[in-house]
Amino acid sequence: MRHVTLGMYQPGTSPFHRMPAGVKLVLLVACGVAIVVVRRWPWAVAAVAGLVVVAYLVAGLGLGFLVRQVRPVWVLLVFTAAMNLLARAWQQAWTVPVSLACLVALAALVTATTRTSDLVDVAVVVAGPARRFGVQPERVGLLLLLGLRCVPLVAGLVDGIREAQIARSGAFSLGAFAAPLVIAALREADVIGEALVARGIDD
Amino acid sequence: MAIEVRRVTHTYGVGTPNARTVLHGVDVVLTEHRVGIIGHNGSGKSTFVRLLDALLLPTEGTVVVGGFDTARQASAVRSRTGFLFTDPDRQIIMPTVREDVAFGLRRRGLGKDEVARRVDAQLARFGLAGFADAPAHLLSGGQQQVLALASVLITEPSLVVMDEPTTLLDLRNARMFAELIFALDQQVVLATHHLDALAGFDRVLCFDQGRIAADGAPAEVGAFYRELMSRPAGVGDL
Repeated sequence: MRHVTLGMYQPGTSPFHRMPAGVKLVLLVACGVAIVVVRRWPWAVAAVAGLVVVAYLVAGLGLGFLVRQVRPVWVLLVFTAAMNLLARAWQQAWTVPVSLACLVALAALVTATTRTSDLVDVAVVVAGPARRFGVQPERVGLLLLLGLRCVPLVAGLVDGIREAQIARSGAFSLGAFAAPLVIAALREADVIGEALVARGIDD
Repeated sequence: MAIEVRRVTHTYGVGTPNARTVLHGVDVVLTEHRVGIIGHNGSGKSTFVRLLDALLLPTEGTVVVGGFDTARQASAVRSRTGFLFTDPDRQIIMPTVREDVAFGLRRRGLGKDEVARRVDAQLARFGLAGFADAPAHLLSGGQQQVLALASVLITEPSLVVMDEPTTLLDLRNARMFAELIFALDQQVVLATHHLDALAGFDRVLCFDQGRIAADGAPAEVGAFYRELMSRPAGVGDL
């Protein structure tokens, strides 16, 4: 069974690690907007890609780590390149996928240099003004946290059910896959809820 | 801290055709420092320990922990009680070891420096300092259970209730973890299948079919449990 980890936080003392989480998130949004704006100029896209590489080196993460962050979306990048090559010009065939890869890499840079608890704290602060409308910011943070927690959990359930199917029949059946997945997910939700209550998060 | 369980019955699925009563009129007061709970699968011991942390409420009867009724003052009970589950992986919420230990302090209104100080001290106490930034869900089962215990104890509960915390551990880890439990200053209620873990406990209860079948010193109740387990069992007892 594969292990899906969350948060990919890589401990360190680089300027990116020391930067407040809120500042990093604002910079991430700004970089996203900037990349969308400059992607029509190939030289600017190349410069952004170069800056992303420098940022990973400054963060002490290395180029191997950068490649591992972008690799999961390679199919999307190739597809985007092919579509742009067919429908537009060859410049777009590399500037658009490189821009996308830069966005993915920058988002991964933020999560790799920021503890999940710091990201949750930012969500709580951002949701603060909604308190006057009856929203509990701490609950928003908890919601984000549980969303993040459930990704590896569901991935683990999927693996477990697939392994059970292979062990028992070897044939894939959507019904025999989906039903136990939903039941197991609901059961896990109960277990997490009980754990949260036991740790005093219900009050 | 006195734990008063008065004529408690617990039924799962009340009002449904599948209703199943797992505790029948249990009546006991626990004041000892270390209390062990044993019993076969389905005997009611996990339900019993969940009642002590208000994770379940009695269908009939009352549970009072440290003077607080679990049905009416659940928050007060939980703020004084820590609970350890069988599978620590389900109990760990945060992605890294340090964050999970700090999680219990999130709503205590402590400053970041104070939280960091307490977490560092807790990690050092439980030998987890070297794993502080490691992914919590990738630790070994034994390390995860130690982390779960450290995370529970950082809120300084007076009572720690544990539901078979050594069941998923190998023999060496189970022994080490049992030693860790025995050394705790807090009052402990430990449900387990490992009779060795109860050596030195002040009192042991043995559950059978939702009732306390034996109550006394570990050796005496352990002998009763062994005799109980030597009787032939049907599928319904599994």
